[in-house]
This record gives sequence, C-alpha cells and structure tokens, in this order.
Amino acid sequence: MTYASANDIMYIPYIYIMRWTMDIIISNSSGEPIYQQISTQIKALILNGTLKAGDALPSMRQLAQNLRISVITTKRAYEELERDGFIESYTGKGSFVKGQNAELLREEYLRQTEELLGQVCAKARQCDLSLDELKEMLELIYGGEGNE
Amino acid sequence: MNDYTNAIEVRDLTKRYDGFTLDNLSFNVPGGSIMGFIGQNGAGKTTTINTILNIVKPDSGTVKVFGLDHIRDEKEIKKHIAAVFDELPFDDRLTASDINVIMREIYDQWDSDKFFAFLDRFQLPKKKKFGKFSKGMKMKMQIAAALSHNAKLLIMDEATTGLDPVVRNEILDIFFEFLQDEEHSILMSSHITSDLEKIADSVTFIDKGKLLISGCKDDILESHAILRCSRADYEALDKSDIVSARINDFSIDVMVSDADECRRRYPGIITDKANLDDIMLFYVNRDKKEWR
Repeated sequence: MTYASANDIMYIPYIYIMRWTMDIIISNSSGEPIYQQISTQIKALILNGTLKAGDALPSMRQLAQNLRISVITTKRAYEELERDGFIESYTGKGSFVKGQNAELLREEYLRQTEELLGQVCAKARQCDLSLDELKEMLELIYGGEGNE
Repeated sequence: MNDYTNAIEVRDLTKRYDGFTLDNLSFNVPGGSIMGFIGQNGAGKTTTINTILNIVKPDSGTVKVFGLDHIRDEKEIKKHIAAVFDELPFDDRLTASDINVIMREIYDQWDSDKFFAFLDRFQLPKKKKFGKFSKGMKMKMQIAAALSHNAKLLIMDEATTGLDPVVRNEILDIFFEFLQDEEHSILMSSHITSDLEKIADSVTFIDKGKLLISGCKDDILESHAILRCSRADYEALDKSDIVSARINDFSIDVMVSDADECRRRYPGIITDKANLDDIMLFYVNRDKKEWR
C-alpha cells in the first residue's frame, strides 16, 4: 500500500477546477449596454447549439457576482431573452433554454444559408466564374439532390 | 537655493522593520510636476514619506530634496516644504487665529494675508476650536496652513481620503493653482486613484516595500490593457506576456503590460483600457498569476 506524498499532487491551474458553463465576455469600452452584451452572447450560444433546449442557465446572482455587475443588469438580460422566446424562467427553479420553435429555427437556417452562399460567391469570383455559370451549377446540384 | 531638475530624488532607500522592509526604493519627483504615490495599505508609502521628511531614519540610501541632502540641509529644505497628513496635527484647543500667530514665528516667509484668504475661500471660522471641526474642515485647515509660507514642494499623505467628491475637487483645484508656478511640485499619496488620474503627471506604485512601476502616468495607462478572454482565448495566450489573470465562471480578464503588441497579436480578443485601480489590483495579485 502506498500513500500519495505531497510531491505527487500535481499543480492544477485554477482554470481547470472552475464551474465553467459558458463564455460570456463583458467589455466596458464597447458602447453596447452590458445587459445587451449578455443577451446577444447567450442568443448566439443557443443558436449555434452550444446551449441546448432544457439546459439550465446560470442563476442571475451567479452571473452578476462573477461578472461584477448588478443583479438588475442580469435580470434585464434574462427578461429580454425570455421576451424573445429563447429561455423560460420558473420562480425558485431558475432559467432554462426553451425548445426552439420552428420559425426561430427556420430563420436561423436561412441566416446560415446566406452566410454559406456568401462564401460560395467569394470562391466563384476567385476563379472568374460568371453568375450564369454559378446559377447553372447551383440548379444542377440543387435539382439533382432534390429529385432523388 | 541651487539648481535642480528633480524636486525629490530617492536613491536605494532601505528601511527594515520587524515584518516589513522598504526595499531599495528609487524614484524621482521631477520639478514642476505632480506625482501620485500609490500602493496598498502597508505598502510603505507613509514610511517613504516620513523618510523624505527625516522623521524616520533610513538604514541605507539617500534622499535629495531640491538637490540638497535631506539630513544635512534639513533646515534649509524645510523652509520650502509643506506636508499634509491624514490627521490634523494641531491641538484640538487651538483656533485658526492661533495658528497664524504660531506660524508667523516659525516661518520667515509666513504670509498672513494669504492664510486668511484661504480661510475665507474654504469658509473656515477663525475663532472656532479645531476640536469642533468636521473632517473636511480639518483637511482644508491643514491645506490652508501648508500653502501659506511660500512652499515649493507639497507632500501629501492620504490627505484626500475620507473627503466627499465636492471637497476633493475643490482641493484638486487648489493644487492646479499651486502648480501654475513652474518651481512648484507635489508628491501625493492616495488610495483614491481617480483623483490621481485627473491631476497626476507621473505615478509611482509600490507594493510590499518594493517599487513596481514609476513613470509618466499617460505612458503607464496606455501601455496597460485588459484582455477580455473566453477560456479558449486564454489557453491560446502566451502566458509570458501577462501580468496576472482574474478568472470567473464565464470569462477571464487578463492584464498585459504591452497593450499595442497584444492588440496586434490577438486581434480577435476584446481589449479594454485599464485604469490605475485595475493596474494596482492585477499587479498586487501578480504572484498568484491566476486569481478570482
């Protein structure tokens, strides 16, 4: 039987033993109000799938304490998220990510499609592909997959 | 009075107490400027100031005031120094009129008219005993007495601590007026870094008896910055660049001392300006590197 000596205990940096749930970064040089910085970042985390339906959000007080801001500010951020249909709050239980409604998801997919198309156009310009040629290519690919 | 470029020159100042050492401190207060002297409680600010005033004898090191040795030429130097402390040094039973009589005998260049003008300006009563003065009145009283013998150097130890913002502003205005004369200089220790940010030309920052930073305030503020990092950002940082990092459950604030270089190297990370409070906080925790 061996016992761990003090030398065996590895130094664990602070960063690995914390209660990390998500990244929220507050800047005081940006003109955006702090409550908006929080709600925008949580929305992004929900839309990109980092936070999933049913996931618990940190309590308003935990958020306020860690970011060194007032609870009123975090409350305002959560109220905005609730109003926009991203989260649900239950008194005494906390706030949770809402199951995404179809419309919200569709809008998000539209946004992503646009973004990808933007990349496609940039690539097409790089190899001097005309718009007509591109349309032709798109019809072929879209139609080909759709008809299967 | 001979020629000098630095109103105060502190060289390799060392003073050992049980449990505290002022360690090889060197800095200059350039003539015609105002230097803020910052550090935590117990960092050694008052010990340094008391040594400059020859109230405390150093174990080693030299202090020059107006280019003169602070012990050998003490009498000559003190004719031109005014010191203001956080407590009123006058007896509670005295009044402003008594101070005028006493100071007239002590200082060759005591200016009664100037003194009474300050009393009027600060709305201080002449016949009221100091025991009945409020904290703000006591501080204004000290400043009135300090600036009425044509001093060239004003040394303030925590003088604005505990005063309300309106009175502090009034006092800062007086300092600006005092500095209109190019020969006048101020060394001012304070916890209220926002005051120093307003008026100081240079800043000296000590911690646990050691000098951390001394230099032009604008340079110090511009070279330091806080990076607002996500966990992934933080893991990608070159840790040799950082002063220290404050960690919370959602983000990590990182103080760096080369702001421009970091903006170039990490363009994706939000970089906020640091104020003197931030700089003090992150430097005091620099041994821990990561703290909450």
